[in-house]
Amino acid sequence: MSSDDEFMSDQMSDDAYGDDDDSLGEEFDEDDDQDFDDGKEDKPSRKAYEVDFKVFSDEQIRKSQQSQVEEVSSILGLPGEQCAILLRHFKWQKDRLIEKYMDGGEEVLEEAGLGQSYDTLPRLEKVRGFACDICCDDERGLDTYAMKCNHRYCVNCFRQYLESKIKDEGEATRIQCPSEGCSRIVDSKTVDLLVPAEVDNRYKELLNRTYVDDRPNLRWCPAPNCEYAVDCAVRPAQLHTIVPSVSCRCGHNFCFGCGFSEHQPCPCSLVKKWLKKCEDDSETANWISANTKECPKCISTIEKNGGCNHMTCRKCKHEFCWVCMGPWQEHGTSWYNCNRFEEKSGSEARDQQAKSRASLERYLHYYNRYANHDHSAKLDKDLYVKTEKKMTTLQSSSGMSWIEVQYLEAASKVLQQCRQTLKWTYAFAFYLERNNITYIFEDNQKDLEMAVEQLSELFEKPTDQLANAKKEMMDKTAYVNNRRIIVLEYTATGLAAENWKFTVDLK
Amino acid sequence: MYTKRLNRELSKMNQSLPPGISLHSAEDLVTWQMDLQVLDNNPIYANKTFRLNFKFSNSYPIEAPEVMFVRAVDREIPIHPHVYSNGVICLDLLSNGNGWSPVQSVESVCMSIQSMLTGNTKNERPEGDAQFVLAAGRSPRDIRFVYDDPTV
Repeated sequence: MSSDDEFMSDQMSDDAYGDDDDSLGEEFDEDDDQDFDDGKEDKPSRKAYEVDFKVFSDEQIRKSQQSQVEEVSSILGLPGEQCAILLRHFKWQKDRLIEKYMDGGEEVLEEAGLGQSYDTLPRLEKVRGFACDICCDDERGLDTYAMKCNHRYCVNCFRQYLESKIKDEGEATRIQCPSEGCSRIVDSKTVDLLVPAEVDNRYKELLNRTYVDDRPNLRWCPAPNCEYAVDCAVRPAQLHTIVPSVSCRCGHNFCFGCGFSEHQPCPCSLVKKWLKKCEDDSETANWISANTKECPKCISTIEKNGGCNHMTCRKCKHEFCWVCMGPWQEHGTSWYNCNRFEEKSGSEARDQQAKSRASLERYLHYYNRYANHDHSAKLDKDLYVKTEKKMTTLQSSSGMSWIEVQYLEAASKVLQQCRQTLKWTYAFAFYLERNNITYIFEDNQKDLEMAVEQLSELFEKPTDQLANAKKEMMDKTAYVNNRRIIVLEYTATGLAAENWKFTVDLK
Repeated sequence: MYTKRLNRELSKMNQSLPPGISLHSAEDLVTWQMDLQVLDNNPIYANKTFRLNFKFSNSYPIEAPEVMFVRAVDREIPIHPHVYSNGVICLDLLSNGNGWSPVQSVESVCMSIQSMLTGNTKNERPEGDAQFVLAAGRSPRDIRFVYDDPTV
């Protein structure tokens, strides 16, 4: 077993994926041969907010598929090709496949599109009096091919069909026999036999892709053109207690749980809610809420652009007072002069509005800070480019060596990382209920934020002063990084212990 | 490319076609037009003839043909919850990834569309027809339908 079972608490051990760990086990075990039964406190190398993960190349993924196919093949006594189809059909849940197959082999084979007796090598045949149903060719000596379902077509048409499925539609595991209504899946031996090498390679790549898509412990790195996949044992059911940030070999940091860019300390479900909220609450919504009131009866939005306080809703004809929001009848004769402030019906309407306004203000408080750090992170990216230039000018102007100016790059990286973290602390805080641990969290957040701003300020210095600020900058970088670790440690431990109280449901 | 196949289909259709389906024109091997009638007494389509336009790509029949209803003298676009008023038909059979099989033919497609109309009882256009037609100008092949209704 690999060390990831620390995160797989007891409830995880009996789930359907219990067999996954041996899949890529060899690679895992290499550096994890100690026993971690005593819990994570004993392993100083990993922080509470970090998760174990491995990055795999295309080639490694292919190999691990192959080894699983071979294993199942030796257990079930079926040829490898069939096992591959079966495994794909069962989404690579080996144990389930073996169990089902032991219960009723034929049924399982039929279900996976394998049907009866499937053991001979595929081959081309010449059939007397044959006419292809696709191209209508009936020349003598035409090479033809049929899978076990006996739907026979000429080699050309079969090849064209497969090529179009693979190249144009990106199909791999679900290519069916060309015949209408025949659900037999085209196996990889058939593909090998019929299509040219280049298409076959594409097919293998697609198979590879479905493998990663089907496995809950694997995920492709979402960075453009990146070909690595990440293996991580965190399951969707754990995502309310862990924020699994992983870092791909290509340099992209992303969340294994949702594929979004790194968003610690905010759990995936909150990220989703937050982003949706930000999308909904656009500037328009903000204006509406700041400049309009709602009809107390039908909640239509009304902008008052003149006239007296006697409002008649265009929609529901409800008459009310703009000032106190109470019904107009209760105003009696005191027209145009609202002096009935304590009436119950009016105060309820006002309460409602005050509440919605307060909740908007609260949201804007967090949103502005979130957006601010988001924006600053973008600026910091530009800064990174400028930093590189600064590093070269610094080298030439102050006579420092290349290695001596590396602190600038390190600082810039830390800065960006911290902005990313800070940004998400605000989304996190938005959903937090107020209690004592929230105060501690906010203190941590404040410390990090102040430190980040100070570091950011150092960067603004002109190049000639930068050289003198080297020590200060390095100290600040270390300090900022430390503050970030503290924030993340604190939130991650709280999440794992489910100490945080949120205003929304995390699951 | 698949000249033989198209010629074979054409000569077969010139000999015989199922009732209610007739060949209107096939001047080349790129575009054919078929006329279609609904045979039973479905009141929605009674005494009407509709025209289908078939467009074949070089990869036909590996690739599905582009099929849509077209207007002409005395030829309307049939009302059907899966037929947009610009003639686009939402039918899984006509889409490569979903229902198309190279064994299908012009004749079998016509029969499928004929039976789709025959079985229909709703005298209505698809939801969002106006919007869809407005955004049209695209080839029906580029439209990603969601086949959400297996009953019609």
